Amino acid sequence: MVKSGQRIRITFSKGGEIRYISHLDMMRLWKRALRRANVPLAYSKGFNPQPKISIAAPLAVGFTGEEEVMDTLLERPVSLTSFARSVKKQIPPGITLKEVREVYMALPSLQSQVRFAEYTVSPLDDEEIEGKIEALLAAEAIPRERRGKKYDLRPLIDDLRLEGSTLWMRLKHDAQGAGRPDEVLAALGLERAGKAIHRTRLIFASQL
Amino acid sequence: MFAGLDRRGYNPNWGLGVEVSEERLDQILSQVTKPARYTGGEWNSVVKDWDGVRTKVLLAYPDLYEVGMSNLGLMILYDLINKEDDFLAERAYTPWVDMEEALRGAKIPLYSLETRHALGDFDIIGFSLSYELNYTNILTMLDLAGIPLLSCQRSESHPLVIAGGSCAYNPEPLADFFDLFVIGEGEEVLLELVEAYGKWGKGERDQFLRRAAQIEGVYVPSLYEVAYEDGALGSPQPRTPEAKPVITRRILNRLPPPPTEVIVPYVEAVHDRGMIEIMRGCTRGCRFCQAGVIYRPLRERPVEEVLVAADELLKATGYEEVSLVSLSSCDHSQIEEMVRGLVTRHAPQQVTVSLPSLRVDSFSLGLATLFQGRRKTGLTFAPEAGSQRLREVINKGITEEDILSTAERAFRAGWQRIKLYFMLGLPTETREDVAAICDLVKRIWGMGREIGGRRAQVSISAATFVPKPHTPFQWMPLEGAASLKEKQAFLRRELKDFRLSWNDPQVTLLEAVLSRGDRRLGAVIHEAWRRGARFDAWDELFEPANWWEAFQDQGLDPDFYARRPLDRDAPLPWDHIDVGVKKGFLARECERALRGQTTPDCRGGPCFACGVLETFPGAREAARQGLWGCPPRVAGRGEDR
Ligand code: SF4
Repeated sequence: MVKSGQRIRITFSKGGEIRYISHLDMMRLWKRALRRANVPLAYSKGFNPQPKISIAAPLAVGFTGEEEVMDTLLERPVSLTSFARSVKKQIPPGITLKEVREVYMALPSLQSQVRFAEYTVSPLDDEEIEGKIEALLAAEAIPRERRGKKYDLRPLIDDLRLEGSTLWMRLKHDAQGAGRPDEVLAALGLERAGKAIHRTRLIFASQL
Repeated sequence: MFAGLDRRGYNPNWGLGVEVSEERLDQILSQVTKPARYTGGEWNSVVKDWDGVRTKVLLAYPDLYEVGMSNLGLMILYDLINKEDDFLAERAYTPWVDMEEALRGAKIPLYSLETRHALGDFDIIGFSLSYELNYTNILTMLDLAGIPLLSCQRSESHPLVIAGGSCAYNPEPLADFFDLFVIGEGEEVLLELVEAYGKWGKGERDQFLRRAAQIEGVYVPSLYEVAYEDGALGSPQPRTPEAKPVITRRILNRLPPPPTEVIVPYVEAVHDRGMIEIMRGCTRGCRFCQAGVIYRPLRERPVEEVLVAADELLKATGYEEVSLVSLSSCDHSQIEEMVRGLVTRHAPQQVTVSLPSLRVDSFSLGLATLFQGRRKTGLTFAPEAGSQRLREVINKGITEEDILSTAERAFRAGWQRIKLYFMLGLPTETREDVAAICDLVKRIWGMGREIGGRRAQVSISAATFVPKPHTPFQWMPLEGAASLKEKQAFLRRELKDFRLSWNDPQVTLLEAVLSRGDRRLGAVIHEAWRRGARFDAWDELFEPANWWEAFQDQGLDPDFYARRPLDRDAPLPWDHIDVGVKKGFLARECERALRGQTTPDCRGGPCFACGVLETFPGAREAARQGLWGCPPRVAGRGEDR
């Protein structure tokens, strides 16, 4: 860790066409945007130095995000206003900078602090949805299979409810496992196609 | 797989100008692999006001997005056209098979990435051709746009469909599909063509084509006919007065400034880095190499221009690597200064510099030390042949001594991985020559073990020689399947402890056929595509049966095109394309090859009268000013040396 540096936490939204890029693409996008912004990025040591950027909780391809969070380390402190100004000019449409703040260098890694993620899914046009939600929440276990691996979805669902024609859910997201909203949809017997899945926020350990 | 496909070729149900429905597109995008290939919006992509320009050009690349985005040529043209107020250029690549199916299912026409206009809405669709095995992808793209595949089926309501690039030097196999070809460097001629088309308005198509044929470097295949006497190869002859008997390649006397505000893709491209062309052309004269002929003369970009361009490129893209591209970057006369300059300026920002290939000598090794620093990722060398005799036949001017001493120095300097490129099936190759590959590899490896210990690694690529048009070896056959297989098996046995890659003989055969093919192959390509041929360059999708059945269907024999030595005096399908280097020079080189005589690099003279200096206007002046690698005068009587 760089002693004299600065750790900056960026909150941004991901929407529009950008939702189709993967987490790795997103890392590359930020790396290049920050390089273009000419901020003093700190790099890892070794033969293949990489800028120190970490994005909390990879967002699946096709989902949008309201408050995505990212940490980056700078070699030396800069003014947050000038940082935000130069970065804003270098990010593509679809990404909006929402907040830039400084955090303690010594904080544990961003990823290790994520606990829950909240999502909305819309529109829903299933008449019997209320009953299905109740049944799902009442179930002891929801056995599912993803990429050839069997798992139980039930403990990953913290909360699930209907808000008008929008499905709202809070899913576990930590080192033990992460719930996927499309899996919840499938468990409810709903189609993924034609629905917008939006991550409204991430909940960190410090917020509990 | 392609249920919606009309067997006659294109789907008549999709009219042109069909709207690209955002809603239906959204539905399919969440279901295909890597949807960001199809959404555009990349940094530095240019979105112009659709109604604010006169002529709209769609630049098409007949391969996957990740491959097409790595093509510098297309980026140069994109930049050039978009700099003009009256024109716009947008892009499209071949959708992977899952997306093709999804588009057909949702009845969405293939669209441009910038503004999502259906391809049919453009005035001109320009394909960049650099590999024969992409040909069927051209048909997929036209068909997905609802555009008739054959030039003769299209009318004024369709875009002009044109092509350029290295495969256009033998345009005949694709003659049925394209309205015209641009022969040579596209920078000037494409703008002239777009300008002419814009002025023409929506007049009669045939009239325009006749007029376009007057532009230097433009080839309109429909104005030519071919007679096949007794089924032999024939070369196209003009059938109208507008058609020139010979189409001369267009070149630029001076390289235009390189594009620096280039598109930065989201999806990782095959070459995920900034590229600057530092030189065009090569004068080394390897006899199998098409690029070494079709990009002559040699023109260098001055070092100051490269340094300035690199500054701008890195600023505009945020790339962490810049590649200095050309056919043989170590041959740039100021390469050392260039690399030093770049490293000094940009290393503090963690930028790395790379060259696409290295020469086999200590100078190149010194350069590699300069730009790889302590990273020492690995080195790639191309001896091409195992024995000295065969290297002389192909005019690869390096000795065994060069190879061994360079490898030794590399290991001593701390490199551990060396990759060696060889070719199998070269003219005159014997079992001894193949055995020599194994000996060389083992000696290098032994040296590596001695110096670098257990970590020393040598890997080998043994591609198959494919005879290419406009090379001294254009008359040579592709080696027979049986003996080729035997040689490959021999290598695999002898080099079983090494990482070894080789080509699928069926892929090679197809490449050879399409490279030297004539107009009759149009029907074969069409039929193979109808049978389902897609992305033939991709192992996982290549189904040779589609092709061999298509050949049978048309009563043609692949071996006739690929495995026959061609008669030195017989007409060739590409005789009407003059690349500057003349057939007589190629024939002389071929004879020298068979006699085992080498021809030195002509850079700076003496000149061997390859034809380039005689062909191009302003050539001597350009040479005199030192812009070219050629001496201003052809020394002696060139012709017979
Ligand atoms: S014209 Fe002469 S010097 Fe120039 S490339 Fe040809 S042989 Fe070489």
